[in-house]
Amino acid sequence: MEIMFDAAIIGCGISGAAIARELSKYDLTTVIIEKENDVAMGATRANSAIVHAGYDAPPGTLMAKLNVRGNELTKELCARLSVPYKNIGSLLLAFSDEEAVTVQKLYERGLKNGVPDMRILTFEETKALEPNISDEVKAALYAPSAGIVNPWEFAVALAETAVQNGAKLMLGSEVTAIERGADGFHITAGGETLKAKYVINAAGVNAGKLHDMALPHAFDITPNKGAYFVLDKSEGELVKHVIFQCPSKAGKGVLVSPTVHGNLIIGPNALDVKSDETEVLESDLSDVRKAAVRSIPSVDFRQNIRCFAGVRPNSTVEDFIIGAHDGFIDVAGIRSPGLTAAPGIAEYVAVLMRENGAKLTPRSNFIDRREHVRFKDLTHEQRAALVKENPLYGRVICRCETVTEGEIVNAIRSPIPPRTIDGVKRRCEAGLGRCQGGFCGPRVLEILSRELHVPRESIQQDKNGSYIVTIHLNSLKS
Amino acid sequence: MVDLAVIGGGPAGLAAAHAAYQSGLRDIVILERDRELGGILNQCIHNGFGLHRFKQELTGPEYAGRYINMLNDTNVETRLDTMVIEITPDKRIYTASPNGYEMIEAKSIVLAMGCRERTRGAIAIPGSRPSGVLTAGAAQRYLNMEGLMPGSRAVILGSGDIGLIMARRMTLEGAEVLACVELMPYSSGLNRNIVQCLEDYNIPLYLSHTVTDIRGGRRLEGVTVAKVDENRRPIPGTEINFDCDTLLLSVGLIPENELTRGAGIDMDLRTSGAVVFENMETSIPGVFACGNAVHVHDLVDFVSEESAKAGGAAAAYVGGCTHESGGARLKNGANVTYTVPQRLHGHVTNKEIGVFFRVNRVFKKSKITVTADGAEIASFNRRYMMPGEMQHVTLKADKLAGVSDITIAAEEIA
Repeated sequence: MEIMFDAAIIGCGISGAAIARELSKYDLTTVIIEKENDVAMGATRANSAIVHAGYDAPPGTLMAKLNVRGNELTKELCARLSVPYKNIGSLLLAFSDEEAVTVQKLYERGLKNGVPDMRILTFEETKALEPNISDEVKAALYAPSAGIVNPWEFAVALAETAVQNGAKLMLGSEVTAIERGADGFHITAGGETLKAKYVINAAGVNAGKLHDMALPHAFDITPNKGAYFVLDKSEGELVKHVIFQCPSKAGKGVLVSPTVHGNLIIGPNALDVKSDETEVLESDLSDVRKAAVRSIPSVDFRQNIRCFAGVRPNSTVEDFIIGAHDGFIDVAGIRSPGLTAAPGIAEYVAVLMRENGAKLTPRSNFIDRREHVRFKDLTHEQRAALVKENPLYGRVICRCETVTEGEIVNAIRSPIPPRTIDGVKRRCEAGLGRCQGGFCGPRVLEILSRELHVPRESIQQDKNGSYIVTIHLNSLKS
Repeated sequence: MVDLAVIGGGPAGLAAAHAAYQSGLRDIVILERDRELGGILNQCIHNGFGLHRFKQELTGPEYAGRYINMLNDTNVETRLDTMVIEITPDKRIYTASPNGYEMIEAKSIVLAMGCRERTRGAIAIPGSRPSGVLTAGAAQRYLNMEGLMPGSRAVILGSGDIGLIMARRMTLEGAEVLACVELMPYSSGLNRNIVQCLEDYNIPLYLSHTVTDIRGGRRLEGVTVAKVDENRRPIPGTEINFDCDTLLLSVGLIPENELTRGAGIDMDLRTSGAVVFENMETSIPGVFACGNAVHVHDLVDFVSEESAKAGGAAAAYVGGCTHESGGARLKNGANVTYTVPQRLHGHVTNKEIGVFFRVNRVFKKSKITVTADGAEIASFNRRYMMPGEMQHVTLKADKLAGVSDITIAAEEIA
């Protein structure tokens, strides 16, 4: 028997996950179709991890509205879903009189957008907040509502909530065709055909292609790469706020910020790329290095623990592209501040569905909480009690981040079980630290193999094809 | 309250515990995070250990086994699968194990956590981020402990000993090792390993080269290697491409000292280890450190020797022996990159003081000069020195009384 879903969400990055959770509040049948082997595999896992205040986008745009709304909702959702979030505020630095004018303009823009509590600071006031900033700074825009978040855990938590409330998640299913039938959309994905009344296109860099499967060509997605450094925790307190530079045509520029894990993140540059290329070039690294030391001259790049690059789904339209066309809803071109805006986008999509005839009846038994036990964040007494209750919490697997076997097993038994080493990393931080999985990789491999009842040779690092070991030497004996 | 808690049951911890027992301590506990004692020696199944200490060529597990057997004859307690989470300045130790989360109070502590490998991130190699790029030690663990093959066509970056050993090991298990690539104009590994692990298997060693690109969307597909100039910058036009599915990194070791820093112990930026006195005591009286947690050693034999010193000193401390502070500081002279110890106590009880140090480049016939407050007190001749080989000199304590600065310098002589 073929099921007719009320809604099919294509893509499970931060937008798709937030929309899925929003729709799961209602009595709807929802399917989330994701081409990769896990959620949060695109821009969501490789970005600045910033919750923007919302002064960047021109007033009246969706970007402006949904950023400010998303900022409020993120704070609330992270608390409810046990996602690491810190409201540390941001400083936008001006290095010249010209940039001081930009700061003033963005301050006024922020007021119109409804950003709370902003102030323009003098050099001395800025230096008092951030002793390590450059002496070249003339002024700064202080936005206390900005924050930092763990973006991939946020997406996982949102998607898990949706799944717990009945949404179906199809991983490893790439949508190859969408047809409009008399009874709704017919979606071909991973060899199956699904039917849905509404389609939500949250396919990130592939959103243009998806749109064109169902509708006449309307926009192009222009993938744009940004590279980053992540520095050791020894550098995590070099700055206390998100430190921005004045935006240019290329984007928001290179930032320096603490992460919720206690590291320091530095990046991104901006480079148009052909497809979703995430290679980090030597030129990317030198661009980011040069830009970062303008803000914080004392950054010690020798303390780097990882470089990465992500691809933003920029588009040929200035604003986010969010709109309904007879049941086909685009959520496209969601670049910065997309992570912040996502919960706002989700609310807006629900409004669009209602406007387009969907009946949204609240689900009576909506599960709206998620607990994530982090051993390292507990007190000595809580740790002792936890280990007594479940001895697996007494076995530390990741030494750098103090992640226990209990946490890893818990993640593997969660509503969206990770099947890869990086999937475990995204859920419980094992391998995220300074040794980058050197010690815990083999142990996590062993735990995954044991819990999933699959041979260790079949465990992937990340996407399918990223195998870790080839053969078991004992298999050669026979 | 235990007399001595030893953090780490690798070669350093085992030797320290044994020496403390020999010196009369009875209430000793070794806290080991792994499921067995021996530390990294357990995955070092090649031979070459113990030539100094036991005058025999042992494998890693055999070397560890010697010490484990010596401890079996004692009542030293071993807690396995036990991770130390925190050490406080007043010597309380919080541990986690499946048996429970506990607090141990200790009269003395020996820090013997060893070291970890530098990763791809530490040297910021550009390119994509596929699987198949791993540290040589992680590959060694997969192969020797888990029986899993990490790949079939490998390039090795770094000619440190672990990299060299893994070049041979991968070859013996049927992989093809295409090249060993070294940034410096010389190898940092032991000469015997270059001969026995590369030359004997016709694996080319590319000196003054580095990896400049990593390719492959999912699994590693290839790397680009280029020659570097005297400033270690890649020279355009010298690129060589290797199609490989594995890149092993042997690009240096870093002492593991999160616990040390957490306890507020003074650290040395040169070694990334604790600042230690001549008896391996740290800035907290009664807390000692030894082995690769203090500075990275070339030979386990020297780790054992140094750790025995720490264990003996811990026993003396528990027995009531205290030291005056305010003794000499050891400083880098010309061409010297660090010294261990970094400090001496005000009144040194030993007649002789051993000092380890490293030089910053390759030296042919050379002279090591030790000066105390500007006056030369000793000199030593060497036929050959290189950064990869730890140097050692012995100083007479009677010449150091009342001295505040000791400088160790190296120079080449014609």
